[in-house]
Amino acid sequence: MNLEFNIEGGNFSRAGHASSEVKKMLKQLGIDARCIKSIVIALYEGEVNVVAHAYEGRILVKMEPHKITTEIMDKGPGIADIELAMQEGYSTASKAVREMGFGAGMGLANMKKNTDELTIESTVGEGTTVKMVNYF
Amino acid sequence: MSPSKRYHALTIDEQKCIGCTHCMKVCPTEAIRVSNGLAEIREDRCVDCGHCMRACPVKAIYVEQDDLKKIQTFKYRVVLFPAVMIGQFPEKYTEDQIYAALLKIGFTHVFEVEQPIGILKSSIKDYCRKSPANRPHISTFCPAIVRLIQIRYPSLTENLIRRKAPHDLGAHFAISELKKQGAKDEEIGLFYVTPCNAKISSVKSPVGEKESIVDGIINMNDLYNRVMKAIDTKEAPDTSSQRQNLTRDGILWSLTRGEARHFGERSMAIDGIHNVIRFLERLENEEVPDIDFLELRACDQSCAGGIMMTGNRFLTVERLEHRARRYAPAWKLQNTPAIKASKELKQKLIADQIISKPAFSLDPDRERALEKMNRAQRIICFLPGIDCGACGAPNCQALAEDMVSGNAKMSDCVFLQQMWENEGKISTSKAFRNVEKKWGELRFQADCNKRGKRNEGF
Repeated sequence: MNLEFNIEGGNFSRAGHASSEVKKMLKQLGIDARCIKSIVIALYEGEVNVVAHAYEGRILVKMEPHKITTEIMDKGPGIADIELAMQEGYSTASKAVREMGFGAGMGLANMKKNTDELTIESTVGEGTTVKMVNYF
Repeated sequence: MSPSKRYHALTIDEQKCIGCTHCMKVCPTEAIRVSNGLAEIREDRCVDCGHCMRACPVKAIYVEQDDLKKIQTFKYRVVLFPAVMIGQFPEKYTEDQIYAALLKIGFTHVFEVEQPIGILKSSIKDYCRKSPANRPHISTFCPAIVRLIQIRYPSLTENLIRRKAPHDLGAHFAISELKKQGAKDEEIGLFYVTPCNAKISSVKSPVGEKESIVDGIINMNDLYNRVMKAIDTKEAPDTSSQRQNLTRDGILWSLTRGEARHFGERSMAIDGIHNVIRFLERLENEEVPDIDFLELRACDQSCAGGIMMTGNRFLTVERLEHRARRYAPAWKLQNTPAIKASKELKQKLIADQIISKPAFSLDPDRERALEKMNRAQRIICFLPGIDCGACGAPNCQALAEDMVSGNAKMSDCVFLQQMWENEGKISTSKAFRNVEKKWGELRFQADCNKRGKRNEGF
């Protein structure tokens, strides 16, 4: 089962749309509530990251009987130092984004905490691809 | 651990139901379907919020209640009612007159359930302090919300506060007071007056506790009518001794912010089940800031907007707020004998853990569920997506899910039927029979006084 969502950079009112849809489907599959929670938290963080930093993005979700794979691809500034970006509290979010209650520098760290596998590939000036796998 | 079969308060009167779509459209859990011209409630999904009952234009959804004659078998006949009941009476009737009317109807003792609220308040405070990990703490006051969380937000059941509701407090308090006067257990009959059907279900098959201690349920709108018949504006009896433990906090408890104002540094109150759902979606995604306490109520204006309330909800709130000003806050009653002897009562307010009962899975087997979801996704491509409800399901997505679960057919969709007719795949008469079967013959007869016309439900 595959799903695809588009994300619009800068549009915070739409952030959370993909994670809510995915959540509804995971409930229909009868996945354990804690597991759903982790996936949804990680996906929501991913969505917000794209909205806050990139110009546009796309989410591909692949559901299989024992795992869910989520790929979040964006066109944006990219991440120069991924290891640094993974640290809690590190953020490059603009003042405007922070004023909206986002950009506390917990995003990537929180995603790592809530997924079984997380890989990040990024090219500065082009964009970032985050791949997450969660096993049920 | 849980009761074998859940009791549901809502019943559809097949003689009255015209098989329209009003109830189906407002149901927050998509629990209603229409077939053969009648609405059906799927019990595993129903949370007893009563929104369908409110929306029904022909009053075909009703709530059972116990026969009032049942009270006569007891020596001590106690009426337990939430303070919100007083609020629906016109201001010209005093509390004393309302109490007097209740005694005239046949009760021997009158207790508002929110007395003494200080005990419940401190019990909830204890719980919140001792379980900081389960924040935000969600109130279990509204039974419809508790059930909603059980079936739709299972990951949040841990956040539910393990304390009982004011009607339990009132019941235990009444029993202990009457025993002091020499009453025996079997002589006491407790009758709870409910502002809504959710409370009926929670009394008949309580969530998070073994059994209910109430002997009977009375619908508030029914009792309202009886009181109005018995009440006398010329009388001025003094019944204040029965309200000694009633406080400002107790009177306001069942209104919006009635609980939230007391707990946590950061608390929120949300009323209206659709508002609650939107919020719980966010809460589950951890999209909300750090909150200590959540008061969630299924009805707009909380219990003042209860399905079995007679008065206008806003006028009810106004009267109660006005009334509350005459009463002392709960903390001032800390040293009364009732509160001092409350240790045992407090113990009785502890509830068992509430377990989740997810009701939205497509199949117990995950591979089959995934397969069904795939099929539903493909079916969706062919449905019109306007959620008209003419198939008997609340929206196209729900119809697709019903189809893959074997509860609906492609031909239930009137759009697909039209298309097939146009393509010559089915005959016109077959298509007509399909629709007639779904909605019943009566829907096709000319009738200028047809029930369920526009505005009838308002």
